[in-house]
Amino acid sequence: MILRPDLAIIADHVAPGARVLDIGCGDGALMAALRDRRGVDARGLELSAANVAAAVGRGLAVVQGDADTDLAGYPDASFDYAILSQTLQTTHQPHVVLDHLLRIGRRAFVSFPNFAHWRVRLSLLWGGRMPVTRLLPEQWFDTPNIHHLTVDDFRAFLAVRGVAVEGAWFLGSGRPRSAAAANLMAEHAVFLLQR
Amino acid sequence: MNHDRRFGLARQVALPGPLRLDGGALLSPVEIAYETYGTLAPDGGNAVLICHALTGDQHVASPHPRTGKPGWWTRLVGPGKPIDPARDFVICSNVLGSCMGSSGPALTNPATGRPYAMGFPVITIRDMVRAQGLLLDHLGVVTLKAVVGGSMGGMQALSWAATFPHRVRACVVIASTARHSAQNIAFHEVGRQSIMADPKWRGGDYYADQDPPAAGLAVARMAAHITYLSEAGLTEKFGRKLQARDAKGFGFDADFQVESYLRHQGLSFVDRFDANSYLYITRALDYFDLAEEHGGLLANAFRAGQARFCLVSFDTDWLYPTLESRHIVQALNAAGRPVSFVELSSPYGHDAFLLEAPEMNRVIHGFLEGGA
Repeated sequence: MILRPDLAIIADHVAPGARVLDIGCGDGALMAALRDRRGVDARGLELSAANVAAAVGRGLAVVQGDADTDLAGYPDASFDYAILSQTLQTTHQPHVVLDHLLRIGRRAFVSFPNFAHWRVRLSLLWGGRMPVTRLLPEQWFDTPNIHHLTVDDFRAFLAVRGVAVEGAWFLGSGRPRSAAAANLMAEHAVFLLQR
Repeated sequence: MNHDRRFGLARQVALPGPLRLDGGALLSPVEIAYETYGTLAPDGGNAVLICHALTGDQHVASPHPRTGKPGWWTRLVGPGKPIDPARDFVICSNVLGSCMGSSGPALTNPATGRPYAMGFPVITIRDMVRAQGLLLDHLGVVTLKAVVGGSMGGMQALSWAATFPHRVRACVVIASTARHSAQNIAFHEVGRQSIMADPKWRGGDYYADQDPPAAGLAVARMAAHITYLSEAGLTEKFGRKLQARDAKGFGFDADFQVESYLRHQGLSFVDRFDANSYLYITRALDYFDLAEEHGGLLANAFRAGQARFCLVSFDTDWLYPTLESRHIVQALNAAGRPVSFVELSSPYGHDAFLLEAPEMNRVIHGFLEGGA
């Protein structure tokens, strides 16, 4: 099975045999890949009951819950990695969620769509409308993405909070983009963070 | 194996025990009525224990001998179902304290030759589980592929994982809780007082003249039955509709359909259930607090063993609401156990776990087979 590009990057960089908590795990695609390819002990948290049913149906340990409210119950340092893919921008309190991520996992992967990508900028600048793109396909009124952010926003946020970046990957139009050009050219960003 | 008299439908065994109960008493013999379906694999790895709810019985997938109704969980157990006798060796036993053939107040006390009645010792959920443990020893089952239960059955499943952590590989807990709340206890107390207020109860000593406290038991069942449904479900099914009349009767007959329905539920219940058993089992439920048995910390109940857990709750269940399942999930996370949990949507309240629930079946099937 082919993983979404940001998930493929994460899957390639999780240490074999690690303990992983995938927050917002969807139907468990990444968890299944980590389990099958790298012998990872993966657990998931997912909001949608249908997605939880699908993930449990493939033999994964997934708990229905909300990143905004249900992370507090996880013990400190109980996982090698906490993963938050394409979910940060949907949370009510991204900073609180990120603190939990770095408390629960010794490391954290965070991926998100970059709101400063040139297509998004053009759409707003020339069209004067909220951008609807391949990665941000919903209209303004029904989008789950309530906290849009850019690569540079996230970098500044990490700097202020003193979070170390162990790795960063940027993808635009299906290929890697340099860190320097990322804020303009990257559609997704993937960060590997450490407390 | 097929000719082994230990296996099959409508089995009953008197195990010598003695079983030391949580209340301190010794029970001997320990009589257990049970059924098995399917064949125990040579390596013993396919045994699945199904635990029944308060008024349930061992006839999980075979017709009830008194009512003739199909087994109570044929939606989950049977050919092509998540628990399939073609693959699994399924065991279901009548719990201790019940009235379908296992040791309980209605059974004869060998020491006196008369029914135990209120002389039966008060039991706990863990006592029920230990009795099931004795049955498994008798059947030659060392470890369970899974222990599965809804409501009180879910409490037994949790208690199994805590009491015999090395005998359980997977634990499925549906519409259940790790402890009875004040509200749960309160409703049960209404039921018990209703039975004991019936003059026919006579201190529980009513077996000799076949004249049980049916009115009290029926009222107990009516009160409890409301807790198994949801307000939305009752409104949808009955609303304020009148029963076989065009106008209110200005009397105290069952004017409303919902009254008639509850009366029917109460009356049909007394034909199949013993009032004293109802007292004993509701007591066992009220005493249930798994954290209390483990130093006040629920996570401690799950630290030993390798079991995986799957919990399911229903959004309209106000008897054991989703929050109770979430407490258990948190404790399992804290104990580092693999756990899956989903809250499913249903209009039917607590009873949803016994009804058609394709999502529940999908989750349980995936959980049982996916992690094998």
